[in-house]
Amino acid sequence: MTQKNPTVNIKEAPTGLALKIYNWKKSLKTLTPYLMLVGISLWLGTYYLFVEGWELPRFNKLPGPVEVITEWINPDPDWGISMFSPIYYEHIMISCRRIMIAFTIATCLGVPLGLFMGWSKTFRDYTFPILEVLRPIPILAWVPLAILMFSGFETPVIYLATLASLFVTTLNTLLGVESIDKEYFRAAKCLGSKPHHVFLHIVVPGSLPFIFTGLQISIGVAWFSLVAAEMVSGEFGLGYMIMDSYMNITYVTMVIGMLTLGFVGWVSSALVRLAGNRMMQWRVRALALEGR
Amino acid sequence: MQQSDIKNKNNSADISSAEKSTENSASLELRNVCRGFGDEWSREEVISDFSLSINPGELTVLVGPSGCGKTTLVNMLAGFDKPDTGQVLLNEKLITGPGMDRMVVFQETALMPWLTAYQNVVFGPKIRNDLPGRELKKKADYLFEKVGLVEFKDKYPIQLSGGMQRRAELARAMINDPLVMIMDEPFRGLDAMSRELMQEFFVRLFEENRRTNIFVTSEIDEAIFLADRLIVLSNRPTSVRKIIDIKLPRPRELNVLSSTEAYKYKRDAMELLHEEALKNFKRSTPKADS
Repeated sequence: MTQKNPTVNIKEAPTGLALKIYNWKKSLKTLTPYLMLVGISLWLGTYYLFVEGWELPRFNKLPGPVEVITEWINPDPDWGISMFSPIYYEHIMISCRRIMIAFTIATCLGVPLGLFMGWSKTFRDYTFPILEVLRPIPILAWVPLAILMFSGFETPVIYLATLASLFVTTLNTLLGVESIDKEYFRAAKCLGSKPHHVFLHIVVPGSLPFIFTGLQISIGVAWFSLVAAEMVSGEFGLGYMIMDSYMNITYVTMVIGMLTLGFVGWVSSALVRLAGNRMMQWRVRALALEGR
Repeated sequence: MQQSDIKNKNNSADISSAEKSTENSASLELRNVCRGFGDEWSREEVISDFSLSINPGELTVLVGPSGCGKTTLVNMLAGFDKPDTGQVLLNEKLITGPGMDRMVVFQETALMPWLTAYQNVVFGPKIRNDLPGRELKKKADYLFEKVGLVEFKDKYPIQLSGGMQRRAELARAMINDPLVMIMDEPFRGLDAMSRELMQEFFVRLFEENRRTNIFVTSEIDEAIFLADRLIVLSNRPTSVRKIIDIKLPRPRELNVLSSTEAYKYKRDAMELLHEEALKNFKRSTPKADS
């Protein structure tokens, strides 16, 4: 009686872990993961050939991939730092902590600042020229000021990273408010919104896509300026590790630091993207409809 | 099951009676309205000395050549814009800003993309906080049924087709029981098929409660099919070129457009519109033989 028809075998939608596994299996059927692997191996292969294989001029002084990877996974590192040494994780943790503090401060200040600048013309008239003058000053130019203002190693470094990402966040948020279609404001007013309703229900959600694009850039900029600051002043952190290994001519460790930095930076902006998708389900669907 | 059916009937009875009570439709009037844009040396009068009164309970269609200032008129009626001189009146009272007695349905969809269809529809009453939750839900459900979007309540606007978006937008306006509905080319951008469906849907909606309605369009067929009164506008500066009373029988079906009467209206209006469009064309194109 209950004959199963394979074509109308409607399964329940998977949730949680099952959904993740399902999506992961689905992605294995596309070309994407394989192309990524090919891309990485091409890059590694070129790196290997240039440095260790053919020993091309200019490249022959650099540590090659084999050397770097063996050192990285060496329980007893020749140059002092590998994934088995506690100091390695200390550098990472200290840099991450600084980034977290700087990024949080910059976001908590920059987003409201940008929102108000976009929302209120008066506030914008007051603040925009200041933002535009301060923004182009390279972060390295702030270093002496930071050292003058703050004592110790920690605060100046955090200050510089905060400053850099603050400008990016503010500007992107402001652009986000400007990007909102005027019709939404009109519709909201027509429906009886008071100014604070407009702010909460139009300005904030409408600028979220730009805010999160801005936050992704801003966390990148924060890493950039953090490392720069750590190179100038600091006694721990990945930037310090890179600079220190350069000074001590331990180039292998330097490259390990660089690659670690790249990886940690990538993870951090992926986290920001994840948070954005969580908060903007409507946008996730819009992009999905466009096939992205 | 039966109980819920009865309940539903009660609900809709409640609401339709509530709707009838707001049927005291409003009149709108524009009195010697002037509006221009630009600086003193480059000022262009878009509307000058424009007077028109819109009768309560009628569907008034404004039709005119593109760029003739229809949207400027809509903006002033809605209260987004103020005339330089002259007055815009709702029930003899001066309009000073946007208000929920006049609901505007915009050209392209203005549903907030970050809200679901349901959240969009209840947006107005929710922020004004003027309906208790249960009543609001009842009213919203009734409207969703009316516009045929019950299954799409929890979808985001982007997931709806163009026609569905327009219907959701109509529901968002109607939930506020406005005295006047102002439609600014609401079906623009829809494909021909969904446009026709929307016109039929809209005409039925209007015939049900005969709320004062202003409908702006540049499509002559649409205009004649919907209108009680057709206002043909002139080129800039905009004035009323002619008022045509469309005496086609109601309730209307789309095939009314193939009647000889409708054809006559269309020919009259087309002639005027063509003249106006030609003026604009001549003005904007440099002489070819010089």
